[in-house]
Amino acid sequence: MNAAFPLIFEKDRPGRKGFSLPPCDVPLKPLEELLPQECLRKSRLDLPRLSEVDVVRHYTALSRRNYGVDSGFYPLGSCTMKYNPKINEDVAALAGFASIHPLQGDPTYQGALELLYNMEQCLKEITGMERYSFQTVAGAHGELTGLLIILAYHRSRGEKRNRVLIPDSAHGTNPATVTMTGCEVLQLPSNDKGLVDTATLKAHLDEKTAALMLTNPNTLGLFEKDILEISRLVHEAGGLLYYDGANLNAIMGHCRPGDMGFDVVHLNLHKTFSTPHGSGGPGSGPLGVTARLESFLPYPVTAKDGDRFFLDYQRPRSIGKVHSFFGNFGVVVKAYTYIRMMGARGLKQASDDAVLNANYLLNCLKDIYHVPYRGPCKHEFVLSAKLQKKRGAGAGDIAKALLDYGLHPPTVYFPLIVEEALMIEPTETENKETLDHFVEALKEIAAEIETDPVKIKGAPYSTPVRRLDEVLAARKPVVRWKKEP
Amino acid sequence: MNGQHYLPLTDPVLQEMLASFGAASIEDLFRDIPPAIQLTRELDLPPSLSEPEALAHLRHLAAKNMNLEDYTCFLGAGAYDHYIPSAVRHLTHRSEFYTAYTPYQAEISQGILQAIFEYQTLICQLTGLDVANASLYDGASALAEGAVMACGATGKRKVLVSRGINPQYRQVLKSYLEVRGLEVNEVLLTAGGQTNLDEALRRSEQDPETAALLLQTPNFFGVIEEPGHLADTLHEHGTLLVVSVDPISLPLLKTPGEYGADIATGEGQALGNPLSMGGPYLGFLAARENLLRRLPGRIVGETRDASGLRGYVLTLQTREQHIRRERATSNICSNQALNALTAAVYMALMGPEGMKTVAGHCLQKAAYAREQICALPGYELIFPGVHFKEFAVTVTGSPGEMNEYLLQHGIIGPLDLEQAYPELPRSALFCVTEKRSKAEIDTLVRVLEGWK
Repeated sequence: MNAAFPLIFEKDRPGRKGFSLPPCDVPLKPLEELLPQECLRKSRLDLPRLSEVDVVRHYTALSRRNYGVDSGFYPLGSCTMKYNPKINEDVAALAGFASIHPLQGDPTYQGALELLYNMEQCLKEITGMERYSFQTVAGAHGELTGLLIILAYHRSRGEKRNRVLIPDSAHGTNPATVTMTGCEVLQLPSNDKGLVDTATLKAHLDEKTAALMLTNPNTLGLFEKDILEISRLVHEAGGLLYYDGANLNAIMGHCRPGDMGFDVVHLNLHKTFSTPHGSGGPGSGPLGVTARLESFLPYPVTAKDGDRFFLDYQRPRSIGKVHSFFGNFGVVVKAYTYIRMMGARGLKQASDDAVLNANYLLNCLKDIYHVPYRGPCKHEFVLSAKLQKKRGAGAGDIAKALLDYGLHPPTVYFPLIVEEALMIEPTETENKETLDHFVEALKEIAAEIETDPVKIKGAPYSTPVRRLDEVLAARKPVVRWKKEP
Repeated sequence: MNGQHYLPLTDPVLQEMLASFGAASIEDLFRDIPPAIQLTRELDLPPSLSEPEALAHLRHLAAKNMNLEDYTCFLGAGAYDHYIPSAVRHLTHRSEFYTAYTPYQAEISQGILQAIFEYQTLICQLTGLDVANASLYDGASALAEGAVMACGATGKRKVLVSRGINPQYRQVLKSYLEVRGLEVNEVLLTAGGQTNLDEALRRSEQDPETAALLLQTPNFFGVIEEPGHLADTLHEHGTLLVVSVDPISLPLLKTPGEYGADIATGEGQALGNPLSMGGPYLGFLAARENLLRRLPGRIVGETRDASGLRGYVLTLQTREQHIRRERATSNICSNQALNALTAAVYMALMGPEGMKTVAGHCLQKAAYAREQICALPGYELIFPGVHFKEFAVTVTGSPGEMNEYLLQHGIIGPLDLEQAYPELPRSALFCVTEKRSKAEIDTLVRVLEGWK
């Protein structure tokens, strides 16, 4: 058996240090003169003691136990794991962006405000919305803020609406967000085509309806073709339409949420606009709204007066603030760089190629895995491994088996309405050879399940650790290291 | 066309792929979009740029910003100019870390999972608390999530909030709490600049609906709160103590664990993250063991693999949105993982000695600056309490005009306090970190002397 990979705390050695600072050059005062006894820390600060090279080797070794888009194919459905351009990282690290203080004042960072302003113009055009806020730093943060705006709008009209409709194929953040706003979730069953059923929707709309939250194309990768009827019904009932922008990568340059009738839109710059996911964040989830909701956006918003840019705090109807400062500015810089390089035609081709890659894969895999909803799909599609499950190995096992091919697996067991779901999103930045390799791997795994499902159930075999026991972790939670007594 | 270098499908391959499933053209794949909403024109975006052109454009915008490599910064108020060791960026920019998604596939994500497990431990060591999560959006949302947790844990619906808490945090708190019917009530400060704790205790005793008292220490004015036995008394009322703390201060100051806080939150930017105009930063959140299952967001836990080897996974996921949906403890999904990694690398490099050195230098240098500035006629310390790295003083004119003058002398000056605190006209909040030299502080004092 291999030895466990050491924790940084297990490399601690007294006397080692990994920093270099100048001596304190002001006249020193005795500590007790500056801090009375009762203010002082009594317990030992037990951080590890390491030299710089120890730290560098530790994290370099950890990085080699990690898999990113730069390592290989990453077809994680609904996550849009496209290539993250290197130039974006260089630009965000420029001192003029990385070394500016959020409160140093409008006249001192006109370039940053101009960038935010330009970015807002781009996003408005791409989505057909009227105004954007960049304060929301993730999709779920956008959802929360979007619902705050929707509720404030209804309140401003003297209406109390507290029910939010969500299709059963929706991301988990949608219902969780609704709870955070004190509203009630009403789940809409999808029809046999995997789409919102307009008759069902109609039956559930009433004077309590605050909004319908929708992802289009939805999490099955299907375009909600009745979107105009859906929009009409929701608006006639007095509700508003919220767009979860997780899947915008399918439709850039083809159609726009604003033209579909959406009132509020959040985007995921870390999906559609190429900024890296950072192993779970930081993201950026700009929030766009139509003209009638513009005054409710969080303050401040970016504004322009002549050739001067400023942060506008004079927003009496604003829902308030949702971030300490102005959101994940550094991420917006990267996404803006991407949009400026791609241009209108580049973005449209990105969507074209993302959709082509998905349909190509769907076609290659349709005879091996069950296809619960027929294509053509948009940028992603969902397969079911229910046939394989009957043979003894399901979606989760297939995912683990893919690891042995050096591939990142698709999203599994989501959306919830598909049994043994494998949700596959190749993105536009992958070439045909990569897709073919992925198809071959899935074919081999399916064949192996026919003959030796136990082997697949034991995967992975070649990764730094073998299959990890999630049940054990949850049953006896150990969420930090502790020194042996 | 620009951007082509990110798009590897060539035309012949594209045709071959279309033909493989019987499509005649790309347009065929978009026929499910109703014609009424199909865009018939090209998006009206600025012309696309090649890489050198994009770099030039972005450099041009960056050059319009006065940055802290060229200016000396005495501004803090929630975002801090601390030294970032060179190794931090090199390590966090290993692309296996920054181009990965949330570690759903644990077997090929041991790197970030172990790093976050270590981060959780480091945050526990710093705060003196038992458990920590894998990060939240920023200091403000961490405090708000902490308050929501306290309401959930106590089953009560009101929180007492010190007026000494960062005003931006209090605004975010209102956005998060009021919509779900939770009430936010303010506790004022004493003349010394500390939260009126007697008042807070009186109110928590009188109102059985009080879920938590929220304090920041050092508070917004840089004054250190002295909770003493506050937590014990609050607990007698069934009220929790939730604090927002500056991680840089904790190597010196009494920890939330030591004074009995139930939940400690804070802004982690100061731990190795660049200022970057306010983000991306990270919120940290630590708590007592009994609150583990109420933590919002991701948590990494230790486990074993099939061969018995130690490994790490995302754990207690039944708290989270993707499993629990409308019954989740929070809606958070994407967090600030790379910033948490940054904080961990920073703490690992600094170690206990480095962390104490930084805290000590902040304390000494801020004290020196305070003394020098307050020796100038018209500049008076507003609150006499014990300070860490920030302090509020009255100034001799408009702080806005003073800052314009300082800027002309290469200095990014203090925060004008009047907007957030109308009761403090002609007042400014200075911040002095370990990065400021005696010469820079002396220059600041000399320039202030020359103003009016």
